[in-house]
Amino acid sequence: MLTVAGVEFESRLFTGTGKFSSSQLMLEAINASKSQLVTVSMKRIDLKTGADDLLTPLRQAGVRLLPNTSGARNAKEAIFAAELAREMLGTQWIKLEIHPDPKYLMPDAVETLTAAQILCERGFIVMPYVHADPVLCRRLEDVGCAAVMPLASPIGTNQGLVTEPFIKMIIEQARVPVVIDAGIGAPSHAAHAMELGADAVLVNTAIASSASPIEMALCFRDAVNCGRRAFEAGLGRVQTQAVHTSPLTGFLQQ
Amino acid sequence: MSFVDHFARIERDKLLLALYSCTAADVERALVQPEGNLQSLLALLSPAAEPYIEEMAQRSAALTRQRFGANIGLYLPLYLSNLCANECDYCGFSMSNKLKRKVLNEQELAAEIAIIKSRGFDSILLVSGEHETKVGMDYFQRVLPLVKQQFSYLAMEVQPLEESHYRKLVEQGLDAVMVYQETYQAETYAKHHTRGKKQDFAYRLATPDRVARAGVDKIGLGVLLGLDDWRLDALMMGYHLDYLERHYWRTRFSISLPRLRPCTGGIAPKVHLTDLGLVQMICTFRLFNQQLDISLSTREAPSLRDNLLPLGITQMSAGSSTQPGGYQVPDSQLDQFEISDDRTVEQVITQMRLKGFNPVFKDWESAWIVPKMRV
Repeated sequence: MLTVAGVEFESRLFTGTGKFSSSQLMLEAINASKSQLVTVSMKRIDLKTGADDLLTPLRQAGVRLLPNTSGARNAKEAIFAAELAREMLGTQWIKLEIHPDPKYLMPDAVETLTAAQILCERGFIVMPYVHADPVLCRRLEDVGCAAVMPLASPIGTNQGLVTEPFIKMIIEQARVPVVIDAGIGAPSHAAHAMELGADAVLVNTAIASSASPIEMALCFRDAVNCGRRAFEAGLGRVQTQAVHTSPLTGFLQQ
Repeated sequence: MSFVDHFARIERDKLLLALYSCTAADVERALVQPEGNLQSLLALLSPAAEPYIEEMAQRSAALTRQRFGANIGLYLPLYLSNLCANECDYCGFSMSNKLKRKVLNEQELAAEIAIIKSRGFDSILLVSGEHETKVGMDYFQRVLPLVKQQFSYLAMEVQPLEESHYRKLVEQGLDAVMVYQETYQAETYAKHHTRGKKQDFAYRLATPDRVARAGVDKIGLGVLLGLDDWRLDALMMGYHLDYLERHYWRTRFSISLPRLRPCTGGIAPKVHLTDLGLVQMICTFRLFNQQLDISLSTREAPSLRDNLLPLGITQMSAGSSTQPGGYQVPDSQLDQFEISDDRTVEQVITQMRLKGFNPVFKDWESAWIVPKMRV
């Protein structure tokens, strides 16, 4: 069981809502994934009417919404988006995303830390999307973030755990859940992240852009479960040389 | 410093020669590393790339799907005026054309907005002829707040303005500026723009720099396909895009690929861009730039638009009128050009869904970026 800010989740697979060909398909994929935390972009929600083709089915599905600030390019915009989300969706939870660069969508560390501090002071449950920077993650923990969400590789690229050495450091040091976000393109990537000890993964493009999103959601569900079980079971040490089954110093035990 | 200085160093004749002397081997090398590579852009726009168009289309479709998902943004143009102080021989709004001239007043604007909103649109492109005195900053500053109250995304396609003017409009909610160079070939440009401020090729060429410096979120580039060699114009637009992305890394960009259409008093295209050529352009720009928005207007026929959908397009207009007041009172005498896809919004959406695409009306919230906002 995963606990974030006092809330328990049976599933360690978080999912997104973008890029699907229809709301119905999105809902079916989310149901198949068993995900209980789903991100939704504030920029897609109609602020004037509150009506939205994403929100209604998600609410009916009973999943917890994690509004994100995608589109915000600095702390000021992200904070405003978070306040809008709290007012419109009635949730304190916010996935903090600030990427001023439209090409690689790299998160802005300086603005993210500034926004995180202010949002935490205002009572938000903040889950920041960041580069896999171990120092930044510790500083985000210090200001009160409920989790950290380092990227595996750039958003939507399906490149997998390019940042693995730094992800390991973040996991090793973390005092809050570590959710691997962005770049996970295959169930094997997700399983590997979980084997490393990540608390959860967030997957969107790999499911939504698949030729069969529902089947892919099932695959990710299973991969995340397998990866977590392997981590809990304890993986063997990786060595470069063979280990003799008949050790030379066995006689010392006799 | 602007693209004008950079442009002056581009040797057009060398590019033209390189374009038409590309070989299959050049294209194959280009396909290995097309992203952000101007040499690859040239090869993929060349005639030598035509046998590779199916491969380019497959890759373009996959890249677009991965980056943008199944989403297609929908927008509608709202023509504010057909007044124009320029003489351009391809445009129905040219000042010497005998047609009824109109500038929407506040009541007429409200009526147009109400109709557009009733069709579900949340993204609007304000268009006008280029007439600084009657449809200039005073008018824009009057109407922008009225429009912005109703739409979360507001783009403009009007005459080039000063940087300070763009700044003022950003404060009122301007999100995007479309400024099409028409052609990057100065001699051709001079031939088609025979009167008015639009004759100033360099001022127009430097406009995206001014727009970017003013903090506008997105800039749209375009060439009018048919005025001159489309391969060379497209290549130069690629140079322009490359320059802008390197200098303004926070700005988003889009391109539009309008083919010259019949209009009142208009010329016939000098160069005919075939459907194959249009596909080549779309796929080439997607391979060159994965995050680029590519727009498709109602200039193209319904069946072609449906078939182009998966190849790299990210934005479409539907149910458009190209005349001021045209949503309330259709009157073809006021049109800028003839449209080819006159299907209703519902018909376009139905077709879109049948092809597995998700029509998106709302994909932006500029309320976040209003400078006066308090943290």
